[in-house]
Amino acid sequence: MNPIVYAVLFVLLAPVFGGLLAGIDRIASARMQSRVGPPLLQPFYDLGKLLQKDARQVNPLVEPLLLGHVGFMAATGAMLVGGVDLIFVAFVFALAALFLVLAAGTVNSPYSFTGAERELVVLLAAEPFFILMLAAICKVTDASSYQGVLSSAVMVAPKLPGVLLAFTFVATIKLRKSPFDISTSHHAHQELVSGLTSDMSGRLLAYVEMAHWYESAILASFVILFFNWSVPLGLLAFAVIYAAEVLVDNSTSRAKWQLVLRSTWAVTLLLAGGNVLALFLLK
Amino acid sequence: MSFFSKSPWILHYDASSCNGCDIEVLACLTPLYDVERFGVVNTGNPKHADILLITGSVNERNIDIIENLYRQMPDPKVVVAVGACACSGGIFARAYNIQGGIDKVLPVDVYVPGCAARPESIIDGVIKGIGALEMKRKKSA
Repeated sequence: MNPIVYAVLFVLLAPVFGGLLAGIDRIASARMQSRVGPPLLQPFYDLGKLLQKDARQVNPLVEPLLLGHVGFMAATGAMLVGGVDLIFVAFVFALAALFLVLAAGTVNSPYSFTGAERELVVLLAAEPFFILMLAAICKVTDASSYQGVLSSAVMVAPKLPGVLLAFTFVATIKLRKSPFDISTSHHAHQELVSGLTSDMSGRLLAYVEMAHWYESAILASFVILFFNWSVPLGLLAFAVIYAAEVLVDNSTSRAKWQLVLRSTWAVTLLLAGGNVLALFLLK
Repeated sequence: MSFFSKSPWILHYDASSCNGCDIEVLACLTPLYDVERFGVVNTGNPKHADILLITGSVNERNIDIIENLYRQMPDPKVVVAVGACACSGGIFARAYNIQGGIDKVLPVDVYVPGCAARPESIIDGVIKGIGALEMKRKKSA
């Protein structure tokens, strides 16, 4: 099939995947706290409501920046499955995340600004890893595109177990699970938790939510890269990783950004860096 | 039925409550009552909220805060007054610093009586509030 078809399919179907995943997540989290939890389609109800609600723009720049955030997030996914060079995809992914920081930073509220600063710090912790991860995958499979990796004769996961483990760690941040003082997930917190979105209302918040659904789908696509011989196996692995994230989220409710920044670099350097170094030395 | 009835996000503000009603409001989130079943989220941010849920009465010091919170909420929005103090000033009504119930400052849509209001009646009040939210949305559309 033409790679462009995959790209279009991603743009259309990724929000459905991300929304359903968010719904399952909320039910799973509720069950872990011995609650019943909301209906499966709750994230879609929330999105529908946000689109119907009045949007207050504190700064007229916020909306275009957030549209850039969603747009580039969708573009990242489309380029990834559309067969564009993987390293280039990593940079577009970082750019998409940066748009959210800019949008929150244009608002003059201290909450929003602190949120933007913290998001930037976490971006700093996570983004270098994605470049390392994709570079390692390209090196191992001798391919540079998504389709190239999928049709490679080498299975990635047995070669890069350390990188996969490090990915699981970084996914905690990207899936907005931990740290609690930055995540924009739906928790009954009363603290400076969603500082990033504190001045976004109505459809502006809906854009952030949509972008997050695309992000989840992109992360799932990354996991498939590790299990490049079988897409269902990759999706199963993503389900296992996601279940682990929900568990981590519910058991480390007090992890702060300082801990996350320090531990992310230590873990990714040790696991992913060590893994890549070993590959080079053992050859 | 629109999405408003399925996703009411609540901002809880403690005016001059004795914390009795507040504990009952938080009890609604616990496994026994679990209001998240109805899509309710306790946001803590007026810009994300649809329902302003106030416990306690209005006093001289918090009038500005209550008005400010209400102004920051995007339309459509409703106000739910929880407990005897929020409805009328309660036993503090005649105190020197108390102005009275929340309706002295804001247009209250739902009154939830009780001292302290039971979680069941708070949930009932929120469901009534969803109805009011729906009507306001239709009027503005």
